[in-house]
Amino acid sequence: MEANLVDKSVIETGEMVLNMGPQHPSTHGVLRLKIHTDGEIVSQIEPVIGYLHRCFEKHCEKLSYEQIVPFTDRCDYLASMHMDHAYSIAVEKLLDIELPDRVEYIRVIIAELQRIASHLVAVGTFGLDVGAITPFTWTIRDRERVLDLFETLCGARLLYNYIWPGGVSHDLPPKFIERALDFLDYFDPQIDELNNLLTTNKIFIERTADVGILPPEVGINFGVSGPSLRGSGVNFDLRKNEPYSIYSKFDFDVPVGKGEMGTIGDTWDRYYVRVLEMRESAKIIRQACAELPGGDVHAALPKKIRPNAGEVYGRYESARGDVGFYIMSNGKNIPMRVKMRSPAFCNLSVLSEISEGWMISDVIAILGSLDIVLGEIDR
Amino acid sequence: MTSIFDSLQESLAFLNLDLFMLLSLISLLGGTVIFLVMAVNALVAVYFERKVSAFMQDRLGPMEVGILGFKGGKKFWGGIGQTLADAIKLLTKEDILPKSSDKFLMILAPFIIFSGAFLTFIGLPFAQNIVISDFNIGLFYIVAMSSVGVIGIILAGWSSNNKWSLYGAMRAAAQIISYEIPIGLSLLLVVIVSGSLHLGDIVQWQETNRWFIFHSPFAFLAFFIYFISTVAETNRTPFDIPEAESELVAGWMTEYSGFRWALFFLSEYANMLIVCIVASIVFLGGWLSPLHLINIFPESWYILDGPALGFFWVSLKAVILIFVMMWFRWTFPRLRVDQLMYVCWKVFIPFALANLFFVSLWELIF
Repeated sequence: MEANLVDKSVIETGEMVLNMGPQHPSTHGVLRLKIHTDGEIVSQIEPVIGYLHRCFEKHCEKLSYEQIVPFTDRCDYLASMHMDHAYSIAVEKLLDIELPDRVEYIRVIIAELQRIASHLVAVGTFGLDVGAITPFTWTIRDRERVLDLFETLCGARLLYNYIWPGGVSHDLPPKFIERALDFLDYFDPQIDELNNLLTTNKIFIERTADVGILPPEVGINFGVSGPSLRGSGVNFDLRKNEPYSIYSKFDFDVPVGKGEMGTIGDTWDRYYVRVLEMRESAKIIRQACAELPGGDVHAALPKKIRPNAGEVYGRYESARGDVGFYIMSNGKNIPMRVKMRSPAFCNLSVLSEISEGWMISDVIAILGSLDIVLGEIDR
Repeated sequence: MTSIFDSLQESLAFLNLDLFMLLSLISLLGGTVIFLVMAVNALVAVYFERKVSAFMQDRLGPMEVGILGFKGGKKFWGGIGQTLADAIKLLTKEDILPKSSDKFLMILAPFIIFSGAFLTFIGLPFAQNIVISDFNIGLFYIVAMSSVGVIGIILAGWSSNNKWSLYGAMRAAAQIISYEIPIGLSLLLVVIVSGSLHLGDIVQWQETNRWFIFHSPFAFLAFFIYFISTVAETNRTPFDIPEAESELVAGWMTEYSGFRWALFFLSEYANMLIVCIVASIVFLGGWLSPLHLINIFPESWYILDGPALGFFWVSLKAVILIFVMMWFRWTFPRLRVDQLMYVCWKVFIPFALANLFFVSLWELIF
């Protein structure tokens, strides 16, 4: 035997530092958590990020406005359309252009389909985090249908480069609306099935209810947004509170956590808000599909994007929360500075606050319920 | 009552070996049989599990390696050779021992776990008289041997010198030791009623009276306590917290690969088979056919009841129980470690104890 494994002269108990990640099945990417544990109880968590840093913001200072769109895709790779859309909205604000109605409708339909796809992954992987494997394969199966739709739309399945500043890259393919509605008809019963299998499962409720409670004021102080904040009962959704695009035309509810299974703001609430949001998204898509106007989607597409000097901040409600693009222009075709507000980054920052005192298994569940995407945190 | 051991001793008498040589030869033969049973069980059970999970998850499961048949131009029920290919892959894999591990213990641990499962098979009857060695305390022996494995688990977790392994091992130790109590208490109920620890006698009792699960409401409850506890004992979902892959990567097996990991795998599926066979023998009438439960079948059907079909009935009952275990695994989330302990100490053990008391009263009254 080489080397003494432990110093046998003293046996003392103390905290153990557990290094979770960056290669770990449930850190949702390359996140590293330094967990100080006392037995199974977690006393302190330090998230270590940056393993996926790609200098997104610095790159933007060297690229023209059009070329930045594919880079935004790669931020939140589970909701690429949202990133495109958020960036495009900011640039359009800077350029001050009016979009054709058809473009706005297409964007809303696509964005809500993307929200369903993204929440399906969030819900499925959350099940995986608490040990249920089958719901994950079911949700991935349904997400596949959305990805198929997007494939007919723009040829890509994950990183679309579809929504451009001033329009969209292609008009809808023939029969897209019918196929989207078909999907929604198929999808509604699937949510019930998911609820039967996972949401109302006794073990699942035991694992998630009353665990990792995020009080609303703590969430607001940490800048948490999106479903994670709404799970705490805060009715804040940019689609309602600060409507962009044409969201003010649609009738939909903003689901908030009610603490049905435990306390308001527990992991179960955060999970269930996502499930309910999928239904609301379906509602919006149905309305938008019914009212879809005709027209040329390329009508407002600028030949060259060269905004006047100035600065703009565009906000957008993505699947993870409040995405912001702050763009400074100095009158060239290249932005002077692009700053992105990442919702997942703020959501992750609250992890150490709400998971202290819980067990290692709970930390996994809490992390899963915050639904982070490391591509967006590290950028 | 005879056993394979006894009959081999008789039939090999013509070799005129001295007693030591004869016993060694018989042990070698018996051991080979057990090893084959374990290996075949793992191969079949893994394939079965993959297909069951695929069925539940809307997938196909293994389809490419070894195709059983074609139906309507499409491959169906394929991939029969997949587990064999996996076994070959595991055996030919590079053997990795972490530098800072305690190498002696790390090599030793899989064999302890394996021998726990292996030794249990000696006393486990697959049908009337089909048992390697027929102990008169068979049930006690099986319960004792199935708890040997936990020593190997602790050694594996400790010697790996990995925090995840250590967590897994500590959880496994706590869990397996705790869940042995409700298992023991539910089996004790059967022993009290039948008055014997001998598995053959227990089935004999069920033949003259009725299956234990239908003995009384308490025995019915005891069966469920036993079955759920064995799910925990074999570390399967929803009680798979020692190897919870979303928390502990692979628990106490994290640092193992190749052949040693294959031994863990073999033992895990062997343990599953063992607990299911014990459940079917002790509670579900063993090699008795279920046709006698309801007397509506024509007399000629009872030919299925013969001793030749005993193996079939035991296997059928065990396979159904194994299927239920797989069903659990692909449906339920995982419990947390404190909830697991709560279920054991505050639900199962009090109920099992009360069961024991009431079944004794029942025996006094009826």
